[in-house]
Amino acid sequence: MINELKIIKSKRRNQAIAFFIFRLLSYSIVAILFIILSFIIVKGVSVINWNFITQMPEEGMTKGGIYPAIIGTLYLVAGSMIFAFPIGVLAAIYMNEYVKDGIAKRIIKQMTNNLAGIPSIVFGLFGMSLFVNKLHFGDSIIAGSLTLGLLALPVVIRTTEEALKAVDNTFRQASLGLGASKWQTTRRVVLPIAFPNIITGLILSVGRVSGETAPILFTVAAYFLPKLPTSIFDQAMALPYHLYEISTSGTHIEESRPIAYGTALVLIIIVLIVNLLANGLRKYFGNKVKMN
Amino acid sequence: MYKIESKNVDFYYGASQALKNINIAIRPNTVTALIGPSGCGKSTYLRLFNRMNDLIDNIKITGQVLIDGGNIYERGINVDSLRKNVGMVFQKANPFPKSIFENVAYGLRVNGITDKKFIEERVETSIKQVVLWDEVKDKLKKSAFELSGGQQQRLCIARCLAIQPSVILMDEPTSALDPISTAKVEELIYEMKSKYTIVIVTHNMQQAGRVSDTTAFFYMGELVEYDNTKTLFINPKEERTQNYITGRFG
Repeated sequence: MINELKIIKSKRRNQAIAFFIFRLLSYSIVAILFIILSFIIVKGVSVINWNFITQMPEEGMTKGGIYPAIIGTLYLVAGSMIFAFPIGVLAAIYMNEYVKDGIAKRIIKQMTNNLAGIPSIVFGLFGMSLFVNKLHFGDSIIAGSLTLGLLALPVVIRTTEEALKAVDNTFRQASLGLGASKWQTTRRVVLPIAFPNIITGLILSVGRVSGETAPILFTVAAYFLPKLPTSIFDQAMALPYHLYEISTSGTHIEESRPIAYGTALVLIIIVLIVNLLANGLRKYFGNKVKMN
Repeated sequence: MYKIESKNVDFYYGASQALKNINIAIRPNTVTALIGPSGCGKSTYLRLFNRMNDLIDNIKITGQVLIDGGNIYERGINVDSLRKNVGMVFQKANPFPKSIFENVAYGLRVNGITDKKFIEERVETSIKQVVLWDEVKDKLKKSAFELSGGQQQRLCIARCLAIQPSVILMDEPTSALDPISTAKVEELIYEMKSKYTIVIVTHNMQQAGRVSDTTAFFYMGELVEYDNTKTLFINPKEERTQNYITGRFG
């Protein structure tokens, strides 16, 4: 009897210790995020105002705003997505809905995973040699967008595939069982059900792309431009690169420090807005999908 | 003339044989129950009739499956039109994430029917056929997910009826339903018999006894016994059948 009590006690104690450690580690994640955010906010919030986000940089980046970098980042994100969304989504549909299990599918899958594992600086180099030099786009928004698009492609493919896999097979069977073709089934049943998750995946990849520095380093990014880009063959400034430049190789690093924190804050806010948007859209389409 | 016939059908998932030399002939306007323990091949067999097994990779089928005298595994058969003629109701009610109306209209739309009036009429008759009309007529535009489980399953039957198949396959259609909903579905099956040939997989012996005219007992991929439901339940020829229906294994 006494022995049994002992065992129960020790079981409880072990459980308490284990849960304490788990809890501690979980909260530490929240704490880390909180610390990073508050660090950036405290340091950066003082420089943020209307002029900061709508004016050109001045006096060797020590004064003025970051307007061209914001615009450049928006252009690059939009450009990369125009490229990556259709290709990625269609590839995922093809792989998940059409190809039978076999060597071909395994190869495509493995290659997609390999693509995802390539360091982003290598994408930058590749983009430079292909888009900038070989195709003669020069340092340009189009070259940067294509490079970023390549980087986003595996993410888009994978999230779309996951979204399609999550669609219960009985929906497909029910549709095919009514004489619908595979394409009708995909378009009218599978895609609407998977849509909220596809959108979420896509928007999260936007978040990822908007923060990348290495791929735009050799393909589009400009240290400073006195005017906004007017065509897709122009160079552009971009937030992450701007941050990198004024923190490392400017002529007045100390003076531009506050601007660097302000830039970081703007970048974080953009990514945050994108994530919130993803959540909102998923909920919105999640409700809508039940109806149509 | 038989509605459905299978002659010397073997079925393989990869290297493992799931059905061994199955011979069955089903008369039109009857209900045939497929019974047997889990994994005996009855669902696989049911899914041969609308070629639903085609969706699975690495399968092999030999022998013949005839519907209205024609081999549905012949080269050049249009699987879409086959499935239009052979409807299916699934174990779990699986309405599409669409409105009640659109669920029933779906089969018509994918088969190229665009006449609005025709679709409306067909949807109404189909829902009336499953005795669901009074319950849903005021909320046809609402999501099908708002219906109860039993209503959803009847909607799925209506969806299947809308394209006017001649054969209806049912894969344990009541296994997820409460007794009252089950009774309603069984009543439907009984009534639908006059217009359709029905094949139903069930785990429920009483259900097989209540709704079917003939019963086939499967065990480990073999068809052990196929007979009139009454004969099979009261006076089975095989000991294995006797043991199964009296609950001694399975």
